[in-house]
Amino acid sequence: MASIIDELPLLLQGVVATLQISMLVVVAGSIVGVFGGLGLLFGPIWLRAPLRGYVDVVRGLPLLVTIFIIYYVPPAFDIDISGFAAVVVALSIFAGAHISEIVRGGVASVAKGQSDAAKALGLTFWPRIWSVVLPQALPSIIPPWTNTAIEMVKGSSLAYLVSVSELLFQTYKVVGRTGAAMEIYIAAALLYFAINFAVSRFGAWLERRVRYAL
Amino acid sequence: MFGLNWDLIWRNREEFLWGLVLGLQMALIGLAIGCVIGLLVAFARTSRHRWLSAPAAAYVEFVRNLPLLLILFFLYFGVPMWANSALPRDVADLLILDGENTVIAGLAIYGGAYLAEIFRAGILSVGRAFVEAGRSLGLSGVQIARYVTLPIMFRTVLPSLGNTFISLFKDTSLAMAIAVPELTFVTRKFVTDTFQFIQAWTVAAVLYIVTAYAIAAVLRFLERRIRWAV
Repeated sequence: MASIIDELPLLLQGVVATLQISMLVVVAGSIVGVFGGLGLLFGPIWLRAPLRGYVDVVRGLPLLVTIFIIYYVPPAFDIDISGFAAVVVALSIFAGAHISEIVRGGVASVAKGQSDAAKALGLTFWPRIWSVVLPQALPSIIPPWTNTAIEMVKGSSLAYLVSVSELLFQTYKVVGRTGAAMEIYIAAALLYFAINFAVSRFGAWLERRVRYAL
Repeated sequence: MFGLNWDLIWRNREEFLWGLVLGLQMALIGLAIGCVIGLLVAFARTSRHRWLSAPAAAYVEFVRNLPLLLILFFLYFGVPMWANSALPRDVADLLILDGENTVIAGLAIYGGAYLAEIFRAGILSVGRAFVEAGRSLGLSGVQIARYVTLPIMFRTVLPSLGNTFISLFKDTSLAMAIAVPELTFVTRKFVTDTFQFIQAWTVAAVLYIVTAYAIAAVLRFLERRIRWAV
């Protein structure tokens, strides 16, 4: 038991890195996803077709393969990329594709009459989407968006394989040094659980906030 | 193609294909065991008895929030370390798995938590009237589960079962972390041997995508067949 408490600071360093990666990825993935989803729905064909390709290709690939492609291929063109940057970029590409589908589905589920009514009031495209359609799509977007955020926290553990010292990497190192396998792995599992539990509580809170009285 | 040399990778095609097959194999066995775990947990979770439903819910909520890679490391590095020092030799040997079996066990535990949720939704979607009809025929709880609930829910859960298989198949790529020679491992090894980054990762990506969509197509076909058979 003493060993866990001594080693906790090292694990917490890992937690910080895990949180950093996950937050960057969720923000970047959400930005890509909102525009990607709107592009999939309303974009002209020259935009829609490549977006469809992006979303379908990324969703067919294992996350780890996406990370390795981003990590190993640019150096072949003399572009240096750190493990941390590769993971953030790869996970953002992954999250962006998933959130695009989520946003597309959510926006498509808003009754057509809402958009028509906004049009009748003279709102142009962006105000129509931004202040009429998207707010009503949020209740169906938030729950799967929360799941994607949790997937990204879990996915950040793959950063271990490109030598980023996030939580799993730290866990592995601490176990190697102390030999307290059971205790340290359980501590790490509880830390991952705590992060994801917080994310899902946050998602539930957001969901309540966006359920306007319609 | 694209001014790149594809000879080397073509000569190693069998290694890549066997890597793919190994991934599919591990995913399929993991899915099968995961289904058993998932079914038991789903029935436990929908049970009236708290001593059954509470641990089932805890398992689902806990495991779904863990990274699969952590589970694999725990099984592959953690369990043997602990077992060797804390358990008698013959018990410890049972718990120490080789790479492939670790991946299968990991996928079963991890997939089992997701499958339990899918099956639970399936169980809840079976109308009360069916269950009551079974009860009025004098069937026991287990018989109702076996002859009434399971066949009816099978059709509702089939699409989600297919999606789980595809995501478990993609997850087999993590097996490379414990040196199981599946497709991602083979690709990375090929890259370190030959420096043909672009060719190798292109081939791996195409194989994964084609396989994932092929599985999806087969499953859609199966779903249609089953709907006809009703």
